[in-house]
Amino acid sequence: MARLTIDRETCKGCGLCAEVCPKHLLALSREINAKGYHPIGIEQQDQCIGCAFCARMCPDAVIKVEK
Amino acid sequence: MAVVYEKTKLLTDKPLHYCPGCTHGIIHRLVAEAIDELGIQEKTIGIAPVGCAVFAYDYFNCDMMEAAHGRAPAVATGCKRVNPNNIVFTYQGDGDLASIGAAEITHAATRGENITVIFVNNAIYGMTGGQMAPTTLPGQVTTTSPYGRDPSLCGYPIRVSEMLSTLDGPAYIARVSVHDVKHIMEAKKAIRKAFEMQINRKGFSLVEVLSACPTNWGMTPQEALKWLEANMIPQYPLGVKKEVE
Repeated sequence: MARLTIDRETCKGCGLCAEVCPKHLLALSREINAKGYHPIGIEQQDQCIGCAFCARMCPDAVIKVEK
Repeated sequence: MAVVYEKTKLLTDKPLHYCPGCTHGIIHRLVAEAIDELGIQEKTIGIAPVGCAVFAYDYFNCDMMEAAHGRAPAVATGCKRVNPNNIVFTYQGDGDLASIGAAEITHAATRGENITVIFVNNAIYGMTGGQMAPTTLPGQVTTTSPYGRDPSLCGYPIRVSEMLSTLDGPAYIARVSVHDVKHIMEAKKAIRKAFEMQINRKGFSLVEVLSACPTNWGMTPQEALKWLEANMIPQYPLGVKKEVE
């Protein structure tokens, strides 16, 4: 199982990571962060395969992937 | 658990000021990762441009300088000639490099200055509010071409990589894109190669990176990347334009 750690306060909610996730596990959260953006969140963490496509796509480098 | 991917230490903790979905952040990261992997942090000097990337000096965790508009290759020339053991790179946008800085980049290239140039081409002036750039596509709508760029009035876009690759000075010139993960990995390889050319004293190296500007293109980040792939790549074909042995 892989684990994603998302820096939700730095995320700008552009959603590019969600676009490249092969499992479609990422989606914008309902709550907003201090900057006023809806940060990205992961649903069903246990299904993450740790490919790190999201982290490589993220313009703000807010995602850390461990496996 | 082993770390598969995390933010490189070559980027500072300062949050990037770029708009959501701007691919400058990806390109910053690729440059930083290349410097990190090559182990050249302590001798690297980056030259920031004028434009959206003007604050690049806050983001890279190596020595940085800021140059006047378009003059980054001239400043880099000075840095490199004073101490040739330093690794010197410039990070410039299309408004900076292809317009006001066209003379500096052309002459640095033809002199074969042993520097590395990261040229970010998003076909528009970002920081000043989306005006037409030398790289704006025919028909592309900007604030100063509201009916689309008309080549009979405004001329044609400049293919910088092809133009510079006709010169004898450059050692390595490539054009890459960052619109999906596969192309991001290829862009990383090209950027790393450009730095290796400099380390091996081969001469001038430039990587043109096609980049998205969702805000000034008037698109969502997702639409912008699709537009880049569909419209910019036909105008600006990817690939290695010049490589010396």
